[in-house]
Amino acid sequence: MREATVVSQPNPLQRIPGVAIVLVLLIALFSTIAPGFLSVANLSNVLVQSTILTMLALPMTLIIMTEGLDLSMGAVLTLTSLCVAIISLATHSMLLGLGAGLLVGTAFGFANGWLVAIVGIPPFVATLGTLGMAQGLSLIVSDGQSVVGIPHSVRDIYSATLLGVPVPIVMALVTYAAFHGLLYHTRFGTYIFALGGNREALRYAGLSPNRLLIAVYAIGGAMAGIAGLLMTARMNSGHPTAGLGLEFDAIAAVAVGGTSFERGNGWLLGTVLGVLSVGVLRNGLNLISLPSSVQVASVGVLVIVALFLDGLRSRA
Amino acid sequence: MTDISKEAVAPPRSFLSQDAIQLFYRLLAALLICAVLAVLSDSFLSLGNILNVLRQASLTFFIASGLTLVVLTAGLDLSVGANVALSACIAGTVIHKTGSPALGILTGLACGGIVGLLNGIMVTALRIPSFIATYGMLWVLNGLTYWYMAGETLHGFPAGFRQIGSGYLFGLPIPVYLLLVFLGIGTLFAQRTIWGQEIYAIGANPVAARLSGIPVARRLLLVYAVSGTMAGLASIIFLSRLNSAEADIGESLTLPAIAAVLIGGTSLFGGVGTVFGTFIGALILTLVLNGMNLLSVSANWQPLVTGIIVILAVWLDVKTRRRAQ
Repeated sequence: MREATVVSQPNPLQRIPGVAIVLVLLIALFSTIAPGFLSVANLSNVLVQSTILTMLALPMTLIIMTEGLDLSMGAVLTLTSLCVAIISLATHSMLLGLGAGLLVGTAFGFANGWLVAIVGIPPFVATLGTLGMAQGLSLIVSDGQSVVGIPHSVRDIYSATLLGVPVPIVMALVTYAAFHGLLYHTRFGTYIFALGGNREALRYAGLSPNRLLIAVYAIGGAMAGIAGLLMTARMNSGHPTAGLGLEFDAIAAVAVGGTSFERGNGWLLGTVLGVLSVGVLRNGLNLISLPSSVQVASVGVLVIVALFLDGLRSRA
Repeated sequence: MTDISKEAVAPPRSFLSQDAIQLFYRLLAALLICAVLAVLSDSFLSLGNILNVLRQASLTFFIASGLTLVVLTAGLDLSVGANVALSACIAGTVIHKTGSPALGILTGLACGGIVGLLNGIMVTALRIPSFIATYGMLWVLNGLTYWYMAGETLHGFPAGFRQIGSGYLFGLPIPVYLLLVFLGIGTLFAQRTIWGQEIYAIGANPVAARLSGIPVARRLLLVYAVSGTMAGLASIIFLSRLNSAEADIGESLTLPAIAAVLIGGTSLFGGVGTVFGTFIGALILTLVLNGMNLLSVSANWQPLVTGIIVILAVWLDVKTRRRAQ
């Protein structure tokens, strides 16, 4: 089923319980303690709210598979969301706004990849630097204010449906299909496994690991650009701190989903289950009216526990 | 083979002099920035502004000095800013409730230290990579602080307590004296004690350090605990200078602290750097931000500039290492 895997993997079945159990436990917990959690309206709300995170967590999976990290994703999302807002406001065109977001996001992703691959800066510091830059640019282009008065064409994306399915969910499904195809059914996907597992082998095969690495980070930036459109549509405005910290939820989803930080193997479906776990956790805590600060702290605990278990497994 | 013989032939002496040259360049850079600012802005050379720069640099230095030890072991502590916020809020509450600044100071230091110790446990016992562990800690602390404060602001502390951050002694701000004290202690600890040298050894080559009998886990615990305690100290200075505490005060502190460590010439790859270098780094960063302020550049530009400085500093580090190899 997964011919593309270069690294010899432990039985993937061993991993399925981890994240699936977390998700089932969370759902069981909140269906008993949170009134209204199991209603169709609430569950579909969880799904729609998880779409932006899905679009960040999937490329984050690829980046983490290369033993990298992108701390700038939330700040870049904030910036691209502002770009979408400002450009679509100025031109009344949703597509031009999306184009601007894509351009800026891809540029940041490219810069991240360049700093990591060519300059040789450790990923967490390189992307911490670009986090500061994206955050600063967000403050500068918006002058610290919200951008309001977004055209309907942008706003409607979040609320429209396609054949009865909300458009954000359609976008997330298409993204998943694209990433699944890319990682498991193309040569590029095989190379991504090799980037984390065995970079030397790539070099011996006559490929440039640097260019591949830049491509992986650039994909991350581009996805932040597309997610920026959804963000602007969802908030019906652009806000200079809207997406800050979202990279942490993405990292949490990837870690909970069973992608390892050190051995170059990743699992996209696990990441999606991880995204849903984070979404259910936040939604459930919200329903029992715990403030968002507690949600943030509990996601932090979730990551640390997931990494601890990951460490245990790798030693076992 | 060649590497080993090279190291055997050229022991610390060349290492030290190279360090000295690096420091000299950085001092030169600081002076150059001063010269440029003195030309561009009339108020830069005023006594008030210079004391202000020193006071600001001291706050960055307190956080960055503990962080330097962590980076020397090839680790990173991303939770320092959030740690300052939580420690300040808890220390502030204790002072309000008990009316005793001494008790508040102790609580702030202890809170910072415990957070640091937890980081150390995650890195050593749970073997989570330090940047991920402390990044997780960042969000846990942020969440705790916002939850604990629930949007409130603490303000109005006893006058005696406020002297720590805003008082003067013989014409110099009190934080500057504290800076000199901790600069001395940090330098002595890192350069002149066995524990300090062991920290360098762990960063340069963890396997060799372990094989030569250094208790690596215990030293790492110490390093993270010190970093946390220094964040606790910074929180006290912060609290007494601003005379108030809010949940969001830590958010703009982490990146500058990391920038100060990296500008100061401490290598992210471990084993190279000095606490004195970090002092110069804090000074350079503060001069740049102060200069932007004097030239009335909007504060919105500060994260952008700090981010660029971080990247340039690591770039320099990577280049120097490549040349050395």
